[in-house]
Amino acid sequence: MIPAAFDYHAPRTLDEALALLAEHGDDAKVLSGGQSLLPLMKLRLGGAGHLVDIGRIPGLEYIREEGGVVRIGGRTREAELERSALIHAKLPLLADTAAVIADPLVRNLATVGGNLAHGDPANDHPAAMLALRAEVVAAGPKGTRTIPIDDFFVGLFTTALDAGEILTEIRIPLPPPGSGGAYEKLERKVGDFATAAAAVQVTLGVGGTVEKAGIALTNAGPTPVRAAEAERYLVGKQPSDEVIAEAARLAGAAAAPSADRRGKVEYKREMARVLTARALRRAIQRAKEH
Amino acid sequence: MTLKTTAEVCGMGHSMKRKEDPRFIRGQGHYVDDVKLPGMVHLDIVRSPYAHAKITAIHTEKALAIPGVLAVITGKTLEQFNLHWMPTLMSDTQMVLPVEKVMYQAQEVAAVIATDRYIAADGVEAVEVEYEPLPVVVDPFKALEPGAPVLRTDKKDKKDNHIFHWEAGDRAGTDRAFAEAEVKVKQDIYIPRIHVASIETCGCVADFDRAMGHLTVYMTTQAPHAIRTVFALVAGHVGLSEEKIRIVSPDIGGGFGGKVPVYPGYVIAVAASVVLGKPVKWIEDRMENLQADSFARDYHMTAELAAKRDGTMTALRIKTLADHGYADAAANPSKFPAGLFSICTGSYDLRHAFTEVDAAYTNKPPGGIAYRCSFRVTEAVHAIERITDVLAQELEMDPAALRLKNFIQPEQFPYQSALGWEYDSGNYPAALELAMKTIGYDELRREQAEKRRRGELMGIGISSFTEIVGAGPSKQFDILGIKMFDSAELRVHPTGKVIARFGTKSQGQGHETTYAQIVAEELGIPAAHVQVEEGDTDTAPYGLGTYASRSTPTSGAACAVAARKIREKAKKIAAYLLEASEEDLEWETGKFFVKGAPQKAKTIQEIAFAAYTNHPPGMEAGLEAVDYYDPPNLTFPFGSYICVVDIDRGTGAVKIRRFLAVDDCGNIINPMIVDGQIHGGLTMGMAPALLEEISYDENGNISGGSFMDYLLPTAMETPSWETAKTVTPSPHHPFGAKGVGESATVGAPPAIVNAVVDALAHLGVRHIDIPITPEKVWDILKAKGVAE
Amino acid sequence: MAKHTIKVKVQGAERQAEVESRLLLVHFLREVLGMTGTHIGCDTTHCGACTVLLDGQPVKSCTVLAVQADGREVMTVEGLEQDGKLHPIQEGFWQEHGLQCGFCTPGMLMTGYALLERNADPSEAEIRQAISGNLCRCTGYVNIVKAVQHAAAAAKQRRTTAA
Repeated sequence: MIPAAFDYHAPRTLDEALALLAEHGDDAKVLSGGQSLLPLMKLRLGGAGHLVDIGRIPGLEYIREEGGVVRIGGRTREAELERSALIHAKLPLLADTAAVIADPLVRNLATVGGNLAHGDPANDHPAAMLALRAEVVAAGPKGTRTIPIDDFFVGLFTTALDAGEILTEIRIPLPPPGSGGAYEKLERKVGDFATAAAAVQVTLGVGGTVEKAGIALTNAGPTPVRAAEAERYLVGKQPSDEVIAEAARLAGAAAAPSADRRGKVEYKREMARVLTARALRRAIQRAKEH
Repeated sequence: MTLKTTAEVCGMGHSMKRKEDPRFIRGQGHYVDDVKLPGMVHLDIVRSPYAHAKITAIHTEKALAIPGVLAVITGKTLEQFNLHWMPTLMSDTQMVLPVEKVMYQAQEVAAVIATDRYIAADGVEAVEVEYEPLPVVVDPFKALEPGAPVLRTDKKDKKDNHIFHWEAGDRAGTDRAFAEAEVKVKQDIYIPRIHVASIETCGCVADFDRAMGHLTVYMTTQAPHAIRTVFALVAGHVGLSEEKIRIVSPDIGGGFGGKVPVYPGYVIAVAASVVLGKPVKWIEDRMENLQADSFARDYHMTAELAAKRDGTMTALRIKTLADHGYADAAANPSKFPAGLFSICTGSYDLRHAFTEVDAAYTNKPPGGIAYRCSFRVTEAVHAIERITDVLAQELEMDPAALRLKNFIQPEQFPYQSALGWEYDSGNYPAALELAMKTIGYDELRREQAEKRRRGELMGIGISSFTEIVGAGPSKQFDILGIKMFDSAELRVHPTGKVIARFGTKSQGQGHETTYAQIVAEELGIPAAHVQVEEGDTDTAPYGLGTYASRSTPTSGAACAVAARKIREKAKKIAAYLLEASEEDLEWETGKFFVKGAPQKAKTIQEIAFAAYTNHPPGMEAGLEAVDYYDPPNLTFPFGSYICVVDIDRGTGAVKIRRFLAVDDCGNIINPMIVDGQIHGGLTMGMAPALLEEISYDENGNISGGSFMDYLLPTAMETPSWETAKTVTPSPHHPFGAKGVGESATVGAPPAIVNAVVDALAHLGVRHIDIPITPEKVWDILKAKGVAE
Repeated sequence: MAKHTIKVKVQGAERQAEVESRLLLVHFLREVLGMTGTHIGCDTTHCGACTVLLDGQPVKSCTVLAVQADGREVMTVEGLEQDGKLHPIQEGFWQEHGLQCGFCTPGMLMTGYALLERNADPSEAEIRQAISGNLCRCTGYVNIVKAVQHAAAAAKQRRTTAA
């Protein structure tokens, strides 16, 4: 319940924060919403000698649309995403996702940047961002760089961020007309991590065939899983019940979950399939309405 | 129920707003962790990662070197005072701190005392313990096999892991009935270990005053007097004496049975305070709580029911293996090692029954808390209500019809059950019929048939339970020898106000309101003028505390009896004041008046004043009474619950669409409070049915030891419970009430299981053990070829 | 390890203290400020008994560092009653028997309060969703929903009368 002692820093600018990270190297961690990091530290796991709180740096919390890209500040809180009219209108997949992260109280503090940077495949945003083909912007001592989401999740609790980098922004290409997305999460109760979850983003062309498909799975492996084969299968096809079922089957086959109290491997794989089918149906419905 | 008092007086039957709420809604409740005493220090506990291991060394130097760490206490420290072992409520023994070996994961191994809780936590991390792991026994069946490692090596002559064998009923007669039976069904039913998980964990502040030789302990306890006596008996040799021990049970954040036993943490804190001469606070973390104390259930049952082909039940047989963990620290009355399990004949007129329980030691923390179940009644009701549905399925008979056919009928009360209980009163058909009518049972069955044709899975489950509460009559009931009476002390003050003290202890049940309402009913003094006090052993009359739904049946009864004693004296005073004879006086709530001359009256307030200013010559002044109530019998609340579920064929998830609870707890003091108890109890019944489980792997590592995996329902998982009542008063209780706090926890789980099984019965499913997780259901759907 | 001087506005009153970096906000409130209305029910950020408002948003104060609250505003259950008058949310819980042991109650009150500030007339579903981060073992939530609905109706009544 009580963390080990550490030093706390509250820099006022990004440069100050980066300097602190550079100074303390492996012994420093970024504190964003703290809703993943602090629980770990209270169990005396995953802590560091120095916490660099980026909560006092202005200009890291925003949701805006600019030049065909939705840009979300890394420190934007889940509750903001959940309530954002822009997100509901343009990226319903993200609205769905934000609404099922932990519980409403945690969402008042938890940040989308933290949800990604923590590198936990059980977090919900990673799969959604994979399905959306997002990009992550990282600020570091040598400047800013953009990391495609497919390169971002490297391993269990490991991302492509260097120790001295801070995730400052997420960029999502604005889906074209005829697009829809949905997130389906099976959890044992509100607040739990996913037993299985599927993020789907589709674009339907004129005539209703699938032009683009993004499908990714939460808590289905050491990193979030992009169901690439299922995506490829869908492109160019009419989303009939059989097509949806086959795409879902392929997505389930891509899942490599571990057994735990939420279920054995076979059950979780099957749930990935079932939830992909449900997310596909909802995403397609939204795409038709858009 | 017709109200006999006005809203201003607020006696029985009024949904009076609770008198205790003003402090809670302001955040001014006074819980143990709110206690702050000058010089207070903090205690935190080092715990074993192993389920069974020898302790070869404990290194405390690093911990002691941390500034602010004052002491580290080990088993060897306590051994000097012979306090390293203590008795359990079932007269077994358990370790306070181990000297030789640990016997469950998370067992207390050493305690660090420091100036604040942050430093104490650092101290705990710095203590280094060396262990030599020993073979672990977690399977109670294996524990009883010949050749199993003997766990209780501290017991000199113990050669096995068998704790006790207990049985009730007529084995031979029952076996004969089974042999002759036209129909027999048999089902293995396992109820796993679960945890009370009240939102407040356990803790205490132990304050030993060296100069006075006086110990005060603020403690999360449901039974402060029993604790005081136990401390006096156990630690008398270190100088604790009962008149100089004060246990204060302040506001308690939920008990549910988990705060009845004496846990090692309390004793270590007391020892630390004695040794250091300072107040010592110990508050366990949630994970400590979930891993080391407050466990319940863990019964492996095999239930059998014999019947005639027409559905008449003839005999019941239940054999149980009880997994107690490493010590029998179950909270049961001493003559009932398996609690009141023999209520397992339930609501049915079963002429032959036999039940036996064998208990085993395993490398787990002690279990067997009476978790909102009277004592083992959840287990008993689960068994009978499940086997009844298994029989219904076997006979292809509607489960409601089978129950109605076998219910004990109203005219059979008081009813002698085949296992030795005298049920006081009941009307089971009325409760079930009301439930069926209210929920629209026939229509639900039609809907189910229609859905089944379309391949949709909908189930309807019934549970018609009989509870047994209010322990209990002194001839049968004692805890560690202390009889299970309870008490009320009422004192009416000159201005007609009352201070009422009880031997029970509310942990949310609303006693400050309900006891006041009883006084209001009996004496006509407004409930708002009755100050209820509980929980301070210095002032409260001796009692056995609150658990097992016993407060209304025992202290509630004592309250009424004491009030009637006061009314007796009041009558004499009234006669004196009115210059009439007692025979000429009549009582109408709140006053005595002369028969035929109602204007010649004295109110209870006038009488109270006179008791101190103008009492009859020769009579003692004052207006008060104490009653120690020895209940003549237990009480038997009952009910019928109907649950409707829909199963998601894709995920196996069970959704409770509707749940109707018809309860009968006799005459009701405060309907709003009763409904609150039922809502909470239903939620605590649903939780183990669908979500909660504590389990251990073969090395004794716990699974479910944090809220990450021990799943308490939120407002999203919890349905909107529907309630209704029938009222069948208890004939032997002073105001016909029965107690209700636990009915719903007892009655709900089988209703839910019965509903899920019912949804799948057409596929040949007969039983599913709780918790019914989506995965379990999905496995069945997959096996039956109906998964989405 | 360094200590930090923090200034936190609690119920509008500025409170200052020197604290360790690792001091949790809930311990700052309970132990340093002596405001024991906020409770601790778990250690894994699940139960919500510790809910307070931080800059108007309900958060779990066991998962916030006191230093993070420096320069910010906190409201606890002790701040609901104003000038001896109970807030409608408190009245609602009392009227509707929305509490039994009282331990989860401060957290529920703060979450309920924050909900009504944002949504003056929530449906049952919205209430259940809003309190899904607050665990209760006693009430089964039915009366908590009613309590919040009562408060919403009472607040609406107050506004209608005042208008």
